Amino acid sequence: MSIVPISYYLVLSAILFGLGIVAFVFKRNIITIFMAIELMLNAVNLAFVAFARAHNQLDGLVFVFFVIVVAAAESAVGLAIIITLYQNRQTLNIERINLLKF
Amino acid sequence: MFILDHLWIIIALPLLGAAINGLLGKNFSKPIVNSVGIGSIALAFLSFAELVREFAQLPAEQIPWVKTYFTWITAGQFRVDFSLQVDQLTIIMLGVVTFVSLLVHIYSTGYMAHEEGYYRFFSYLNLFVFFMLTLVLAANVVLMFVGWEGVGLCSYLLVGFWFLKQSAISAGKKAFITTRIGDFGFTIGILLLFWTFKSVDFGAIFKQLVSAQSDAAISTSVLTTICLLLFVGAVGKSAQLPLYVWLPDAMEGPTPVSALIHAATMVTAGVYMVARMNPLFSRAPIALFVVALIGALTAFYAATIGLVQTDIKKVLAYSTVSQLGYMFLGLGVGAYASGVFHLMTHAFFKGLLFLSAGSVIHAMGGDQEMPHMGGLRSKIPITFWCMFIATFAITGIPGFAGFFSKDEILEAARSGPNANVWLWLLGLIGAGFTSFYMFRLIFLTFFGEPRYDEHKVHVHESPYNMTVPLILLAILSTVGGWAAAPHLVGGTDYFEKFLHPVFSMYAPAGVEGTPEAVEAPGIMLLHALTGWPVLIALAGLLIAWWFYIKSPQTPKKLAESLRGPYTLVLHKYYVDELYNAVIVQPLLWISTNVLWHVVDEGVIDGTVNGVARVSRDTGSELREIQSGNARSYATWVVIGAVGVTVLMLGLWGMVR
Repeated sequence: MSIVPISYYLVLSAILFGLGIVAFVFKRNIITIFMAIELMLNAVNLAFVAFARAHNQLDGLVFVFFVIVVAAAESAVGLAIIITLYQNRQTLNIERINLLKF
Repeated sequence: MFILDHLWIIIALPLLGAAINGLLGKNFSKPIVNSVGIGSIALAFLSFAELVREFAQLPAEQIPWVKTYFTWITAGQFRVDFSLQVDQLTIIMLGVVTFVSLLVHIYSTGYMAHEEGYYRFFSYLNLFVFFMLTLVLAANVVLMFVGWEGVGLCSYLLVGFWFLKQSAISAGKKAFITTRIGDFGFTIGILLLFWTFKSVDFGAIFKQLVSAQSDAAISTSVLTTICLLLFVGAVGKSAQLPLYVWLPDAMEGPTPVSALIHAATMVTAGVYMVARMNPLFSRAPIALFVVALIGALTAFYAATIGLVQTDIKKVLAYSTVSQLGYMFLGLGVGAYASGVFHLMTHAFFKGLLFLSAGSVIHAMGGDQEMPHMGGLRSKIPITFWCMFIATFAITGIPGFAGFFSKDEILEAARSGPNANVWLWLLGLIGAGFTSFYMFRLIFLTFFGEPRYDEHKVHVHESPYNMTVPLILLAILSTVGGWAAAPHLVGGTDYFEKFLHPVFSMYAPAGVEGTPEAVEAPGIMLLHALTGWPVLIALAGLLIAWWFYIKSPQTPKKLAESLRGPYTLVLHKYYVDELYNAVIVQPLLWISTNVLWHVVDEGVIDGTVNGVARVSRDTGSELREIQSGNARSYATWVVIGAVGVTVLMLGLWGMVR
């Protein structure tokens, strides 16, 4: 069985990352945006793993663990913030949460 | 040899006094301020006395005695030491400065007793003495310049002592700025001096002059330029034509200040400087003639203004300008010793005149106008007699100090090595005017009927701390000239003998410092007593007596018949107005319309405001980016990330 070439993984990673960006920029619901961020993070994870495998080095794998841990922490905090935001504003539409400006 | 080795003590004492009174004096009681102020000067005077004793034992080849304490400035070839020197000229000046300032300090305890800022006054006076002593003791031109500027500063501070009075502030500024014009010349002179001689030390410069005697290493034109530039400084400081205008205005200051700074010491700094630089001036005949010419013109010119002034201090101020002119005349005709001699006697009698005038003003309760006085002779007898003696001294009545010194100057102008009959004539007529205005002052003030309201003004003699200095100065005004007495019987007077080394050591070859008197003793005496100066002084006295005692209506009639000239002189030849129109107003116009409205408002403010406006406008444009919309932020992040990626790929591509 031949090994899947690294470029396949990278293309998949790029597509996932691109989808994440598109969702991040165009979606209005904060939860969806949040999911888009997660998508991008995992796209990057995929690229890391692919490179680690191709180069036979552990560094990339170690990084993936870090990213997963940080993403878990981030989603915990982020969801908490979103809940508080919803309690205060009764909305999840990001265009209506625009108080932080000059 | 204690003081000779520690010359710095003499100048450090007044500085210490100034520091103590100036920094801590606010909380001192008057006796403490007095004892610090007078004590420091008295100690300086005692140090001077000790210095004289040690100096007398110094072998002649060790004079001038130079003591270097530390190097002040070094920059390439330029090297200035903090070094002090003592020679005969320094001794004379030190004596005058320490003694007169001691008396003025004592006098001030009475005169300034009821003034605000008593400690401030004494602090300034001490500071002045410090700078004046630095000027006199300095062994190089730069250190001398430090003292020179320092006394100018103290003059400014003391003229404007009553700083709530607008006229006093203006007078202080006028004194400072006018002398600054002269100092500009002086500074360039110092630079040229260094450029020519590669040194600023008096001794080094003079030695080079002697060794470069015959060859053309140092051209006469350079020397003349240096001397003229230095003399510009002297003109400013010693209030000669055309920079004399500040001195009469400086009378806004307290009277002891006028006596010390604007009569006895600071204004004579120019005379001292020219005398100190005599080896230079002796080799620059044109410069020397300019000195004599300016001196004679000033002596005459200021005397004419003095004729019609009514303010008692203004008369004395113009008289000071005039007498300084005589000193320069003496220096200019090559009689350096006579010029310095007149400096000394003038310090005594003019200091006395000012202090007496202060006593009169004190008695009149602040009024300085002579037409408001009259008949004060019996009310304030001590002041009267002291002022009377001083008047005799300044007019040159035989036997009093001014007789010897002024006669010597006029004699040198008539028959000395650089004699000029026109300068002599100017000086002589000036002497007649001097006599007239001085006796006019005496007659208007002390004789005739009282013209003040006796119910309002309570005329009283001044306290002892004011009259004792007067009496001491009166004694010196009488006997101070007797050092020159052998001159009358055909000898060389002691004063000239004493100063002879200073003026002959570096003198150009073929010029003897002191011309020995040649006339037979008896004829000399007769000649001096019946000479023109004495006759014209007596004439001035008689005319003043006729005008102000015998027939008091004559001056008024004369003034009416000579309305034009009278108004001209009364308004001081409109020189202040002329300077105002020619110099002050154009300067003001340029400052306002060019420097203020164009350069300051346009260029400087424009630049600053322009920078501010650009950043503000940029900011308000960039502000739009921060919309509060998280999605737009996200877009920016994406754009940035893409930008960074492209950049990195591009760079990577380039590196490869």
